[in-house]
Amino acid sequence: MSLTQSPLDSWLPRVPLGAWTESAVDWATGALGPFFDGVAAVVEALVRPLNDLLTGVPAVVVVLVLAGLGWWLRGWKFALGTAVGLGLVAGMPYWEETMSTLAQVLVASTLALLMAIPLGVLVAENKRASAVARPVLDLMQTMPAFVYLIPAIFFFGIGTVPGVLATLVFSMPPGVRLTELGLRQVDKEIVQAAESFGAPPWMVLLRTKLPLALPTIMTGVNQVIMLALSMVVIAGMVGAGGLGDVIMFALSQVEVGSGFEGGIAVVILAVVLDRLTDSAGDRFPSARAQRLARQAA
Amino acid sequence: MSALIVQSLYKIFGSRADEAVRRLADGKPRAEALAGLPATAAVIDANFEVRPGEIFVVMGLSGSGKSTLIRMLNGLLQPTRGSVRVDGVELTTLKPAALRKLRREKVSMVFQHFALMPHRTVLENAGYALEVAGLPKAERRERAMDALRMVGLTEWADNLPHDLSGGMRQRVGLARALAAGTEILLMDEAFSALDPLIRREIQDQLLELQAELGKTIIFITHDLNEAMRLGDRIAVMRDGRIVQIGTAEEILTDPANDYVAQFVADVDRTRILTAASVMEKPQQVLDVNAGPRVAAKALRESQTSVVYVTGPMKRFLGTVTEDEVLRALREGRPHLDGYVSTERVRTVTADTSVADLFADCAESQHPVAVLDERDRLIGVIPRITLLSALAAATPDEPTQDQVELVGTKGEPA
Repeated sequence: MSLTQSPLDSWLPRVPLGAWTESAVDWATGALGPFFDGVAAVVEALVRPLNDLLTGVPAVVVVLVLAGLGWWLRGWKFALGTAVGLGLVAGMPYWEETMSTLAQVLVASTLALLMAIPLGVLVAENKRASAVARPVLDLMQTMPAFVYLIPAIFFFGIGTVPGVLATLVFSMPPGVRLTELGLRQVDKEIVQAAESFGAPPWMVLLRTKLPLALPTIMTGVNQVIMLALSMVVIAGMVGAGGLGDVIMFALSQVEVGSGFEGGIAVVILAVVLDRLTDSAGDRFPSARAQRLARQAA
Repeated sequence: MSALIVQSLYKIFGSRADEAVRRLADGKPRAEALAGLPATAAVIDANFEVRPGEIFVVMGLSGSGKSTLIRMLNGLLQPTRGSVRVDGVELTTLKPAALRKLRREKVSMVFQHFALMPHRTVLENAGYALEVAGLPKAERRERAMDALRMVGLTEWADNLPHDLSGGMRQRVGLARALAAGTEILLMDEAFSALDPLIRREIQDQLLELQAELGKTIIFITHDLNEAMRLGDRIAVMRDGRIVQIGTAEEILTDPANDYVAQFVADVDRTRILTAASVMEKPQQVLDVNAGPRVAAKALRESQTSVVYVTGPMKRFLGTVTEDEVLRALREGRPHLDGYVSTERVRTVTADTSVADLFADCAESQHPVAVLDERDRLIGVIPRITLLSALAAATPDEPTQDQVELVGTKGEPA
């Protein structure tokens, strides 16, 4: 709405999109109140015990468990790196915040994947669903992350729940997209082979398409977790707690030291989660077989 | 009864299919008929029957519609118009569940790029159809092993497809289709992705298996030599239409139009033509009990220098030359017996390919004798006939008057 609006544009109708959105959110807050309360209770029930567990046990135990996982998935070098990195975080004053960020990320991305993967399957199998989902996913992905926080506050107030839910919405799209992509990329001839022997659609999906799409789906899982981690920090703005709080506080007080410590903790957490989920996909025989096949080609 | 009957089958991609079918029905070329329509015709008015136990080859270049055609034979693609009957069952109106049942029980398929599941072992791949059919694991294993035995891959059962070479992978694809135990096999460019040498090897293997199993095979290929080698009958496709159906020899010697003629122009016809199709009627055949005088008269009349001699039951014994007839006359013998020689003549069977005739022709002093399965003399091949048969069968010239045709691979369609 510029002051120098040309008279030529004066015939354009005013579109009060903002006002409409506000009234929609107002209505939803009232009418769907009980529903939101239920959602909040579920999220709370998931995040709190995990948070308590991760912050309750000694840091050494968490570091060793994650390093052990790294050893199993990627080998001793990565295990050593994990131990050193997380040891550094444990040595800084924000271990508890890091763990509560981890808890939020795990809950948000698990919930996001539980919705994203079935949705990706639906979208891959059904052209009409794909046509509907595409613009919605575009919107979800390009909407500035902060904007999700506003309705989240309306519906769920301040705290962990709106943070986790905003994170969930923000991180879901790559899960849907990469599941769809993975399924669509499965060799048509192999799918036809399965069909030509009389396999029903569910069997083609479960025993042929999904195993073959798995490497791409696992990339989606990885992306969802990475996005969740980036969003959960932003969610610090609504008092979600964790490293987000640390960084927001440092920002408002211009404290370089604690800001950097919080940032480094996020980075280390990100690298560990990224590498772990990246190699988790390779544990599946179908992924390994396909990697071998690609190398041979 | 035919194993598979296809009648007026059309496949139109795009919209306004009805209009497209109507315009194509009177036989105009598809580019002309469909001008201005938002539709492409992949298969136009296909009609053929496949007999039980035969290898029916559909041959055409890419874009001729052969892959679309084969996919309509098991319902992977729904025809736009027309009928496909498998073992008497109309396939085009089947419900999905019934169609799947038909695929499990009647028709299996081998794919161009093998289409093996990379995450399953060779054995699991071979037993896929049985898994779909819900057989217990032990029986699945046993039957999949049997199929792998047929293609000679039992020791690879527990490997992943990735460990195998291309030729071996396609043998797994073949084993998978064989394990299904269906009467009909659809093979979509099954050997096209393989090296020439491997391809020949696996073609031989298919023919051996076929001799044993007697499946009904519909084989798609763009390779004419492969079509001629494998096919009991061949359908040639062009621009969506089947332009000719016949045995390899019929297509080679009597192409239906210029397109087919050009197509077959560079085929190695020495491998397709057989002794039976180039041989001539022997001019002088005498029974071994005939006297030398009869022989001498025969030689004089025919202006030749050799007589072919047959014994009891018309079995071929050998030749007698002018010199020997004269010798018999001089020595006053009543019969040709004792003068008959097999040294100067080579014998071949009727189905010997022309390629294998050259050596015999070169070494045989007299025209090569062609014998049937009971050693009876049915024809001779002089060198000049062999050469002219090869030269004559070029597509630009009429072939029929120069080469006498005898079908050996099957009756005409």
